[in-house]
Amino acid sequence: MNKFYNLTKGILKENPIFVIVLGMCPTLATTSSAMNGLGMGLATTFVLLGSNVVISLLARLIPDKVRIPAYIVIIATFVTIVDLVMQAYTQTLYEKLGIFIPLIVVNCIVLGRAEAFANKNNVFQSALDGIGMGLGFTFALALLGTVREVLGSGSIFDHKFISGDGIIVFILAPGAFIALAYLIALFNRIKK
Amino acid sequence: MANVESNFKNMTLTLLIISLVASAALGLVHQFTNEAIVKAQMLKINSAIEVVVPEFDNQPYEEAKTIEMDGGELTLFPAKKDGELVGTAVKTFSMNGFAGLIELMVGFLPDGTINKVAVVSHKETPGLGDKMDPKKSNFSVQFEGKNPESFKLSVVKDGGNVDAITASTITSRAYCDAVERAYKALKEGGVQ
Repeated sequence: MNKFYNLTKGILKENPIFVIVLGMCPTLATTSSAMNGLGMGLATTFVLLGSNVVISLLARLIPDKVRIPAYIVIIATFVTIVDLVMQAYTQTLYEKLGIFIPLIVVNCIVLGRAEAFANKNNVFQSALDGIGMGLGFTFALALLGTVREVLGSGSIFDHKFISGDGIIVFILAPGAFIALAYLIALFNRIKK
Repeated sequence: MANVESNFKNMTLTLLIISLVASAALGLVHQFTNEAIVKAQMLKINSAIEVVVPEFDNQPYEEAKTIEMDGGELTLFPAKKDGELVGTAVKTFSMNGFAGLIELMVGFLPDGTINKVAVVSHKETPGLGDKMDPKKSNFSVQFEGKNPESFKLSVVKDGGNVDAITASTITSRAYCDAVERAYKALKEGGVQ
């Protein structure tokens, strides 16, 4: 197995959204535009990287019975850091993502990677895994956001290419499900 | 895996240390970002004030005055040029939006006439209720130059003078409600 397998697997082969289908709540809720999806993805990537590194370092020092609360505290710390930094420097995006930034704490992907990977592997591999999974998540969210924005508001990254409204259902909740379903179908087709 | 034994002492100590380090880290990050957060929020309020009142040269943010009304807070920002009042921006709200809270910035001229209205934040349906944003439709233009003394701030359907946004009567009502509240606060606040 390639040394960098842990970096690349998250992007296609074990993509957290299209293949593992984890963390659906922010996926469906924040992807009403490409920029929102990208921002959410990058915020999660930072948290994943941070928590994976710290947890893989501390895994052996944390007694088994309290490992989940310990992991949650570590993850929550990184999430709060992202929250504060985004609030300070990317105010508009921060307001659009709203409650979903603090909710990264309970994103299954983050705790899932801590439990399934970081506490069994060394720091380097855990960091690669965190970046890989994060980029896979970002890629999926940005793609879903782009599809929904193009169809729903007729624009890409806020650059409008039609006048008037798009197919509004795509920026509403049902459109998230429809677009995600088609993307997963397409993804499965490509993987075969 | 040879983890630390899960006895009472180890578990308590581990969680205590992790929490301590986490809170120290957050305190540090907070110190770095606090200033930027306050500045970003001020900038946002300031740019909303600039949109809704005529040119001014004071710092309305520093002369702001808050008024409690209907379970919320309204803020009055007096805009002055050469020491003379040229308008008052009122940050107002309505709880009756289709998706909850709507925040507006309403600019009044010294005689109580509405100058301009800007949207500070909302969660209304994209493509429908979000047309109250001046960037999306000219719904808000009909308020400009009207004095609430003679201009009835409710939608035509309810016997008022405001043309509602098509298919968004609830949003339009909430908008009127917020503007009305701003006017009440202006009269009560008595910034002259």
